[in-house]
Amino acid sequence: MKLHDLTVAEAARMLAAREVSSRELTQAALDRIAAVDGRIHAFLTVTAEQALAAADAADRRIAAGEVTPLTGIPMALKDVLCTRGVPTTCGSRMLERFVPPYSATVVRRLHEAGAVAVGKTNMDEFAMGSSTENSAYGPTHNPWDPERVPGGSSGGSAVATAAGEGLFSLGSDTGGSIRQPAALCGITGLKPTYGRVSRFGLVAFASSLDQIGPFTRDVRDAALVMNAIAGHDPLDSTSAAVPVPDYATALTGDIRGLRFGVPKEYMIEGMEPGVRAALLESVAALEDLGATVRWDISLPSTEAALGVYYIIAPCEASANLARYDGVKYGYSNQTGASMWENMELTRQHGFGDEVKRRIMIGTYALSAGYYDAYYNKALQVRTLIRREFDAAFEQVDLIVTPTSPGVAFKLGEKTADPVAMYLNDVFTLPVNIAGLPGVSVPGGMSEGLPVGLQFIGRPFDEPTLLRAADAYQRATSWHTLRPPL
Amino acid sequence: MSLSREEVLHIAQLARIGLTDADVQKFQEQLSHILDQFAALRRIDTTGVPPTTFALPLENVWREDIVQPSLPVEDVLANAPAREGDFIRVRRVLE
Repeated sequence: MKLHDLTVAEAARMLAAREVSSRELTQAALDRIAAVDGRIHAFLTVTAEQALAAADAADRRIAAGEVTPLTGIPMALKDVLCTRGVPTTCGSRMLERFVPPYSATVVRRLHEAGAVAVGKTNMDEFAMGSSTENSAYGPTHNPWDPERVPGGSSGGSAVATAAGEGLFSLGSDTGGSIRQPAALCGITGLKPTYGRVSRFGLVAFASSLDQIGPFTRDVRDAALVMNAIAGHDPLDSTSAAVPVPDYATALTGDIRGLRFGVPKEYMIEGMEPGVRAALLESVAALEDLGATVRWDISLPSTEAALGVYYIIAPCEASANLARYDGVKYGYSNQTGASMWENMELTRQHGFGDEVKRRIMIGTYALSAGYYDAYYNKALQVRTLIRREFDAAFEQVDLIVTPTSPGVAFKLGEKTADPVAMYLNDVFTLPVNIAGLPGVSVPGGMSEGLPVGLQFIGRPFDEPTLLRAADAYQRATSWHTLRPPL
Repeated sequence: MSLSREEVLHIAQLARIGLTDADVQKFQEQLSHILDQFAALRRIDTTGVPPTTFALPLENVWREDIVQPSLPVEDVLANAPAREGDFIRVRRVLE
């Protein structure tokens, strides 16, 4: 097995046994980037020099016996996470030359654990998109078929891990931006419960929905990364002061008696036949493991979730992105005749179309006369969606669905129609609306492309969520497939 | 739901986004189509349903007011488009 194909757990074992050094693992990731990234464009910045220095420091720690399961492991970071001294662009011209004066809490925690950052990954501008085509720096390509999108918005991070340009990566998920690209690239992607992981240093998109999480080759690795990044942070007042369990020890492989449900509202006409077949086969695999699966649970407001999301997220974005005014940092157009004109020119040329659309939708929905009809209505339906999940979790322990209605689509196929693009997230965004944890794992192949299976759990019940997803991976081999790069 | 050209210009002005004529036409069409998708919301009865702004039941998170070091001024001002001494230089606001 090649070094860049290892899981985190395998690499950690080899590091501990001195069968490999962090420098070798890190060099293997950098070599892989040099060999394949010209075709897939997962990275916006590669920090080779800092990575090798960090690898040498990790090797010294390993020699001294001061290790964590992530010490010496090469990783990639979505370019929405602030990294002190390393450019953080958010895929936008607006932040082309922005160098953060501090690091995100998750970056600091991973650094302290000894993980080695090899670079920053491509993304839809300000995390708004489902295909990574909205990056100001050009799209990322799916490693299974470079003519197709990797999903988004964390497409670069998904591709980096799928293609072996790092052994894991971090993304952010506001409406599916970890789970959907994980599904389309054939890897594991976890969106933790809202508040489980600190958002300090995550450039804000929609603050009540955003959450950081890992991309990994399997569920065990996701548990290892969560052990390093989960927990309360005084710098994020919305991070929860809920004790953090050991996620790795939760992976017992035993799901006998666990109750699963498939919401009937998710069996939509737009679901591709290959995705439907993969769901049926996956449900059979869960039953073989001793779990029960019922098909009659109901989440009646599902049809309205898309509207709820595409009101709440743009409203929050319109406020969050007001900070890009060309005054304090970032792109600044000073060619206007007045302060206001400079600001309009800065935002006209600094933002791409999708960001402008969402800011304008949010501005409209919050404006006088429309607040009650749109924003407040969306918040009320958000309450109903949460209640319906609560009721479903009285009948079942976990919900299982496809992650996305279809497999990876062709580049350019949906860029002209924003609404067609939004429909990619129809199975993932209700999870953010309710603040629940969700994980996507490889659940089959259709037309030579990966299909994702999504598990949804109760708030802060990542242990049960990961136990189920891990048990599924022990019984299946989809997660062991690697793209033909 | 169809937005007028004037409404698009008004929204853009509120959001401080400059638009070309071609932008106005494009966004008028696209934003109207997006707003159409919200029709399903109106069919849902929300009488007496309280709004949810956050998924976590948090209120007023406090901490002790302790003096702590701030970021170095040089590090922060390194990103400023224009500076004068330890200040960010801006255009005149009042005409």
